[in-house]
Order: sequence, then C-alpha cells, then structure tokens
Amino acid sequence: MTTSVLAIGTGKGLFLARSDDDRKTWEINGPHFPMTGVYSVGIDTRRDPVRLLAGVESSHFGPIVGYSDDLGGSWQEPATRPIAFPEESESALARVWQIAPAPADQPDVVYAGTEPQGLFRSIDGGVTYEFVRGLWDHPHRPEWGAGFGGPAIHTIIPHATDPKRVLVAMSTGGVYRTEDGGDNWQASNSGIRAYFLPDEYPEFGQCVHKVAASPGRPEQYFAQNHHGVYRSDDAGATWVSIADGLPSDFGFAMVAHPHRPGVIYNFPLEADGRRYPPEARCRVYRSEDAGATWQPLSDGLPAEPFYPTVLRDAMCADNAETVGIYFGTRGGEVFASRNEGEHWHQIAAHLPEVLCLRASVV
Amino acid sequence: MAVTVRIPGVLRAEAGGQSSLEILSDGGMTLSAVLDQIGTTWPLLERRIRDEQGGLRRYVNLYIDGEECRGLAGLGTAVPDRAEILVIPSIAGG
Repeated sequence: MTTSVLAIGTGKGLFLARSDDDRKTWEINGPHFPMTGVYSVGIDTRRDPVRLLAGVESSHFGPIVGYSDDLGGSWQEPATRPIAFPEESESALARVWQIAPAPADQPDVVYAGTEPQGLFRSIDGGVTYEFVRGLWDHPHRPEWGAGFGGPAIHTIIPHATDPKRVLVAMSTGGVYRTEDGGDNWQASNSGIRAYFLPDEYPEFGQCVHKVAASPGRPEQYFAQNHHGVYRSDDAGATWVSIADGLPSDFGFAMVAHPHRPGVIYNFPLEADGRRYPPEARCRVYRSEDAGATWQPLSDGLPAEPFYPTVLRDAMCADNAETVGIYFGTRGGEVFASRNEGEHWHQIAAHLPEVLCLRASVV
Repeated sequence: MAVTVRIPGVLRAEAGGQSSLEILSDGGMTLSAVLDQIGTTWPLLERRIRDEQGGLRRYVNLYIDGEECRGLAGLGTAVPDRAEILVIPSIAGG
C-alpha cells in the first residue's frame, strides 16, 4: 500500500497529513513552524528520501525557508540565508510565495518566487538559491503592481522538456516567459483582459491569479485571471477564453491533471466584489476537454450554503495513478477526492485558514 | 569587555537554547556590530532580527540599557561596555 502526504500551509503553521491506505484515511500532525504563515510548500519526489520544502513568514521575525528530509520529523535551515536579495537591489525578502521543483531531468533545480517580485533558482535541491537577475532587471518592473496580496511572483512553471524555458506569473503584472534560462523575459498576456485598466488588453499589468501546465502538451497552459479563465496553446504567446460553461469567470485556483492532457480543475467564485462560491454552493469544476466544456463536481461536498474562499495555491493534485484532488478553504477545511473529483470527503476541519496545499505519493 | 544580549523565549532555539549571550566588545561597538558578531555564531538568530539589507525587522525591538534603539541612532547606536541589550518582539498579531 502506498503512502501519500498532503502538506497544508495555513495562516498559523504547516500541517502534514499522511495516508497509508491509498488516501482513505489521513492522520494529521502539526503545526510545524507554529504561528507563522506558510505561504508555499513543495514536495520534491525526485529525491530519495523525499524532501519537503516550506516558505514561511513570521510576522515578527521575517521569512524562513526550510526543508525536511524526514517528512517533517525535523526541519533544516542553512547558515547562509537561503534566499536573499542582493545589496544593489535595495530590497529584502518579505515572503516566498511559490516553491517549484523542476522536471525530473533537472533533479537538483528548484525555483522560488518571492515578494517583492523576485525569482530565485536553486541547484542544490532547494537548500540555497541564486537570484535570477534578468527578471528583476526587466524594464516593466517599476510598473508591476502589488495586487491585494502583495507584489510577488506567485506562479513558476519550468518547461516540461526545455530547461531554458520558464513561465512565471504575478498579480499584477501578468505572465512572463524566458526562453534563454532567465536572462531575457517577454510579457505573455495577449488576449488576457485587465478590466480594471483603461486599456483592457495591455501588454502587461494583468492580474493573473494562477497558471497551470498541461502534461504531455508542453505548449498548453491554463490561467485563472482576475475575472477571466484562459487557455494558451502556443506556450503562453496568446490566450483564448475558456470561461463559457463556468458559473463565474472569477476565482483563484487552476489545477491541471498531472497525467491526462487537457483535464483541469477550478473553484469558481462569484465575482471580484462577491468572493463566495456561486449560489453559495461548494463545487469544483472540471473540464476534460481543455476548457471547451465544464462539469460541476460536488458529490460528498457540503450541501448547505458554503461561503469560504479557496486561495490560488490551496488546490492541488497528487501524482497517484488514479489522481487525488484536494482543496482547502479560508475556513480551515480540507476536502479530498481520491478518484479525480468524482467523490469528495473532508479530511480536515477547524484548521487556521488554508493558504496552500501540495500532495504526493511518497 | 563584553555586552550582554538577552534573548526572548521564542528565539532561544536559534541561540542554542541560551537565554543570554555575552558578546565581546572593544568598547566602541555599534548595535549593528553586535548583531554582526551574533551572526557569526548564531546566523539564524541574526536573520530573525535583521533582513539581508541590515534593516531591523519592524516588529523586533532592541533596548540598550532600557532605551529602544529607534529612539537613539538605530542600529548605528554605540553600545557601551557592559551594556545590556534586550531583544523584545512587539505585541502584535491575532
């Protein structure tokens, strides 16, 4: 029987859920890093033993970037600051918003996206990171906005087959891509609407909430925007709407099935000004045809009126053969499906607000 | 000559469990230099107090013989020999 781990980053620490019976039951331990906001987690299954990575923010004592090689039994933090802005940047790390291990053929490469809008690259498995200067030096950077959550790189997608290609996203600023390993970056927002700007289709400045990559189709991406749901079939160069069929085009999360190209999951919210599930119904939406059509999934989810928000990284998939899908709410609940969304069950309640989730068979 | 740095309970793990540190002083150290000294032995403790640009974290207060450093010369404040430095987190959060 396989063991699965679900890392639950919350507003007051990291909780780790473990299942030894193919995700039927879970045992939860924690909080690790108590009284900190855990805004990013990673599960690096390329390593043996598996490495957990955590981006933590203490409101008093600043950011902490730690890792564990014993599934949370102990946490390590190197003597040198693992992520630090260079002196000439006149900036200091506030928070790590994203930790993204690269594909398996780059076994020691891990990316981190930060606030302020920095990208860092590790070549030692996420122990220490180097500053990716090309993105910081982009001439657009002075015009990137803070969004409500903060000025941050919140999404990093290393290309599936080309180690020199990486896609990042930020709110606000939008999607940027490099094809030369990070020296040069191009804004990649053509077709994504920014309704809150006078020019609604600018080169950059969009408030992209999350991007996901399609497995087996390295040029296909999906984006949940601040109003707008999109697909790109040309590696992010252009985007088309796939919001038809959803009850709303607002939301934060976008998750791709890790094995089936074109299968994606979304948790719609009613609108910018009403951040509740549409009709107060707890429903995940899945598309199995790259966004052409959508189906609500709610079997096993609460039937009563439901108001919590699911944040951009609080929804994820695991890597099991029959994939598990997970989401956590700002109400401290975590729901899981062990059969790709067909049926759901609650695996945690009464936690602090859920900020991020990552799950994997270990 | 030395100065004493009192460590709050929440940061003692970063100081090897110690409640205070004795930092050797030449009698003319700034507060920043004291933190540099701490960083050579207890780097995690130092980074909880200062960011990578050397800035004092917003909700950390350093008192030198009872005077909070922001009311003096900040991290540039001269620390007298045998001074006592208190590291006190602000009351904040929910």
